[in-house]
Amino acid sequence: MKRFYLFMGIILALLLCLPHVLSNYAMEIFILIFYYAYLGQCWNILTGYTGNISLGHSLYVGIGAYTATRLAMAFGLSPWLGMLAGGLLATGVGAFIGFLGFRFGLRGVYFVLITISFGEIGRLIALHMKSLGSFEGLFIDFTPGFWNMQFKGNAPYYYIALGLLVFSLLVVRALEVSKWGRYLVAIREDEDAAESIGVNTLKYKMLAISLSSFMTALGGTFDANRIFHLSPDRVMSMGMSVEIILRPIIGGMGTVLGPVVGSFLITFPAEWTRAYLTEVGRPGLHMVIYGFVLIFVVFFFPKGVMPFLTRLLKPFFK
Amino acid sequence: MDPYLVLQLALQGFLMGGVYSLIALGLSLIFGVMRVINFAHGEMMVFAMFISITLLQWLGIDPFFSFVMCAVFMFGVGYAVQMVFVNRILVLKEAMQVLVLVGLAIIFENTTLMIWGGSDLSPKTSLALASIRLGPVSIDVARLVVFILSILITLLVLLFLRKTDIGKSIRAAADNRLGALIVGTPINRVYAICFGIGSACVGAAGALLVPLMPAKATMGAPFTVVSFVIVILGGMGSLSGALIGGLIIGVAESLGTVFLPSSMKQVVSFSIMVIILLFKPQGLFGGKG
Repeated sequence: MKRFYLFMGIILALLLCLPHVLSNYAMEIFILIFYYAYLGQCWNILTGYTGNISLGHSLYVGIGAYTATRLAMAFGLSPWLGMLAGGLLATGVGAFIGFLGFRFGLRGVYFVLITISFGEIGRLIALHMKSLGSFEGLFIDFTPGFWNMQFKGNAPYYYIALGLLVFSLLVVRALEVSKWGRYLVAIREDEDAAESIGVNTLKYKMLAISLSSFMTALGGTFDANRIFHLSPDRVMSMGMSVEIILRPIIGGMGTVLGPVVGSFLITFPAEWTRAYLTEVGRPGLHMVIYGFVLIFVVFFFPKGVMPFLTRLLKPFFK
Repeated sequence: MDPYLVLQLALQGFLMGGVYSLIALGLSLIFGVMRVINFAHGEMMVFAMFISITLLQWLGIDPFFSFVMCAVFMFGVGYAVQMVFVNRILVLKEAMQVLVLVGLAIIFENTTLMIWGGSDLSPKTSLALASIRLGPVSIDVARLVVFILSILITLLVLLFLRKTDIGKSIRAAADNRLGALIVGTPINRVYAICFGIGSACVGAAGALLVPLMPAKATMGAPFTVVSFVIVILGGMGSLSGALIGGLIIGVAESLGTVFLPSSMKQVVSFSIMVIILLFKPQGLFGGKG
């Protein structure tokens, strides 16, 4: 395990140096890798560890993005603080959804339905509220500065995204080895059994969804201040929710490194196919490919690529 | 508030509810028999909608007739989907099943987007502007015909499940998978037929919606959500629940437009779902839950 941490440290050091040698475009790809790995990790806390599938995580991304942006536009509040406000709001919404779902023992499919519906309603509300820019979305004025979380060039964004990712990795690792994390896994594996030995399942599932939605919203704020434009179809659509879940599923749900591995594996091909296929006039095709990849992974690698990777690397990290 | 307006809206919603019932019937049937939620439901409906539009534009066949072709075609699609994908996932964990069906939903939606593009299509059908006046309220003829056809199809499907041999094996498989296997039911085929019928319902519903609203490739997800709401309201797996739930949701959404913009009418059905989940999660007619 010591060797493993050393290895991770080396990788982190390499990633910290990378912006000096990368072009702006390559950095953009890395930002996307980190960003989606981060969102995947947040989703992983809820779904990977407790087994309750959320298909509405774009809702929290949207809440984070819209709250921080609206506060910045109305009161000139720094996105760094807006981020926390968005996170708290998302926690509230997430806790409400969790309460609806968990309080009445609605498991499996019911929970998925609730998350989809709330995601869809969030999108509809953003689409129709004038103050949220309705379908045109919100445009953010570009005034670079640390306090505004807006920068020229991609390097600062690179470091923020990397920071978020490392933060999420530490949180999930700490969670995994803690009592909490063990309870969550117990709930995932057999909820009734967990309850019968005295685990307060409702409490721990609520904690998981609150933490997950809080962290997801932070990512939303970051994204808003990088793209400078928010629209319901970009940040709150079903497509966004699918982007979020794809990476941890491919990497391996319920593992600390799964979302990261998944993100490194598919982000670049995905971005490349998206750009290429849009150029040749087939804008939906990359999503069709996503669909088939998702089915293929469930059929043939239901645990993701992590088990293979672990087996491969085990001799080195004993 | 104008009472006639309310009456008019309630009536329109009631007629729209017929189509909702048909959509939800497909979902409820598939869930009731295989315990699988078809997340691709709305997307399949939009796919059928566009097929019906193409039939109208190329061959001039009105949706009031082409719904039969759409239903047959979607039966084939559903049969294939069950055989290729869904039969393999029935033994998996619920979570994994969801992912495969979401994958199918993405495939359907974006195939539609690729073939027909992302813009609104609302072709002219016959009966487009005809209406009957009944005292203070008026009824679109198209809406009325669609309502009658939807209810007829729904009743036919219910009858089919009660009376025919295939219908009986479907119900047997729903009741007790192992038992049905023991008495020699070819369960995979029965499942495929069942998914086919569910898809045919949604195919017919898609074609029947063409005269009522513009079609857009990306509008599937809201329909999936609405049919979930109806099924939850009526009770998971209860077929008559789907019928009545559809009518209730139709009226509720339509009345919601009195105080909400019409594109936000789903907020109403969604609130109904939250209330149902809070107080009666097994639905109005659901025994099995």
